[in-house]
Amino acid sequence: MLNFLLQRLSVAVAVLFTVALIAFSLLHLSGDLAAAIAGPEATVETIEHVRHQYGLDRPMATQFFQWLSSAARLDFGRSFYFESSVRELVWQRMPITLNLGVVSLLLALVVAIPLGVLAAVFRDGVIDRLSMFISVIGQAMPNFWFALVLVLVFAVELKWLPVAGNASWKNFVLPSIALSYHAMPALMRLTRSGMLDVFSADYIRTARAKGLPAFTVVVKHALRNAIIPVVALAAVELGFMLGGSIVIEAIFSLQGLGQLAWDSIARNDFPVVQAIVLIIAVFYLALSLLGDVLSALLDPRLRKNG
Amino acid sequence: MDSDDLPIPEIPPFESERIFDQPPAWRRLIARVLRHRSMMIGFTILALIVLAAILAPVISPHDPYAQELSRRLTPPVWHENGGWTHILGTDKLGQDYLSRLFFGARVSLVIGLVSIMISGTIGVALGVLAGYLGGRVDAVINYFLTVRLSMPVILVALASASVLGGSVKVVILLLGFLLWDRFLIVSRAVTRQLREAEFIAAARSLGASPLFIMLREILPNLLGPLMVVATLEIAHAILLEATLSFLGLGVQPPMPSWGLMVAEGKAYMFFQPWIILIPGVMLVLLVLAINLVGDGLRDVTALDGRN
Repeated sequence: MLNFLLQRLSVAVAVLFTVALIAFSLLHLSGDLAAAIAGPEATVETIEHVRHQYGLDRPMATQFFQWLSSAARLDFGRSFYFESSVRELVWQRMPITLNLGVVSLLLALVVAIPLGVLAAVFRDGVIDRLSMFISVIGQAMPNFWFALVLVLVFAVELKWLPVAGNASWKNFVLPSIALSYHAMPALMRLTRSGMLDVFSADYIRTARAKGLPAFTVVVKHALRNAIIPVVALAAVELGFMLGGSIVIEAIFSLQGLGQLAWDSIARNDFPVVQAIVLIIAVFYLALSLLGDVLSALLDPRLRKNG
Repeated sequence: MDSDDLPIPEIPPFESERIFDQPPAWRRLIARVLRHRSMMIGFTILALIVLAAILAPVISPHDPYAQELSRRLTPPVWHENGGWTHILGTDKLGQDYLSRLFFGARVSLVIGLVSIMISGTIGVALGVLAGYLGGRVDAVINYFLTVRLSMPVILVALASASVLGGSVKVVILLLGFLLWDRFLIVSRAVTRQLREAEFIAAARSLGASPLFIMLREILPNLLGPLMVVATLEIAHAILLEATLSFLGLGVQPPMPSWGLMVAEGKAYMFFQPWIILIPGVMLVLLVLAINLVGDGLRDVTALDGRN
């Protein structure tokens, strides 16, 4: 188990290094940063001054390793636009995005798992067909458009919920629905197929033969085993949601990490963009590692050829 | 599989050795496709949209770029203020919505197809190499895959598009270089199974080089599963193009793209909801149709694989 963990961790560190390199070179290839920071009306001297002040006159490799070593100490430099510490900025915005991500994931699980179980128990029944139909339609809907339709129906027509902003919990309802529906079909299908696999196992037949009530067999015996891959997938889906929240936050003007990324991209605020790319990569890697570890803990067969 | 209701063709002598005297494989495949209801629905919708895209210059009632500012934001014909001149109304610049929808179909389809050709080539090449050679090659390619997956497509695409400037070419290249992950995963998994097959061992014992085996023995056997991945990824690419265009970093105005049309209509949607509903419904229909065809292909080819 320790070996497995160490191997996974070393790959994760190497991947993180590469992501940092890609983010760094992508943004430094984009043109003269000093000129961009100084603004269109700056004189040559101002540009040179800025170049020196931000350390942009040093060799690329030096800049990269300096940035990386301070990033490892959680110091991501200063934002060009806000002129404040990137760490502070990210720290302020993070809770909103994490809230949104976790609530969306819980919502997706609360809907997907019972539907998946029911679809497996009543295979080819009404629930099975209906949930399949909804998930096919759901997967075809663009995220941004579904969010706008939700606004039209629940905020404009019915006036149940606010259109945008982040004043109260009500502001999080529509964004969470918009973000979660994309994860639902995959989670549901996985629950369904896992349950179907488990149903044919011997110990389920034994449990049935013992005369245990159907509910106990389904929930206590079958679901407990079928849920393992679903948990692993859920961890990965949370990572994807952090990426998907850019679009959702932009539509609902939630001032989270996604909105910050989006604004910073538009403003050429590179230190912020680099930091966010790196932070999201850390989240993704940590979550997929967590998923792997959970699966390995629950199912020893996976440890061998991980 | 009951083939009694099929017209069994005249079988030439050498073909009569077939075990059950069944019609040839491709005929069985087509029969299966015709019987797959949801796939046929997908095919029909897709064919209509492709036809509209190809015939766009012929069937468009107006020039999609012609601005008629005096008639801006005309509602569609079913509204009380709508009229037959602009069946689906006009946008904020007075451009005919229906004509822009037809031409927008071209943008979606071209970007979907071309970007998937690029990403498919990358993904399949890496996947076959990783699956066939295994060992270190597999570890390195797996590491590339993890790097790619740990960067959200939307974030990377947005950052790159803001550097390179949004255009059809940039969107195609970005999606082409970002969407190879599923091609890699599927082709690697299938190659790994095939590597142990007898006909590969036979080719190897005849002295075939690894490259020959990968290209001539493994690749043709990947076509079935890859077709499924390709259709689903085309749908994925079309959705991402729409998202990028919606966020202003994809296709640039005045070119019509369905995602861009939603973005341009967003400011007016509270009073004229149809302005975002029409292009959105088109996107849903197109992606739904492609997904139905993809899911259908999976069912149809999986059955064939079992025989």
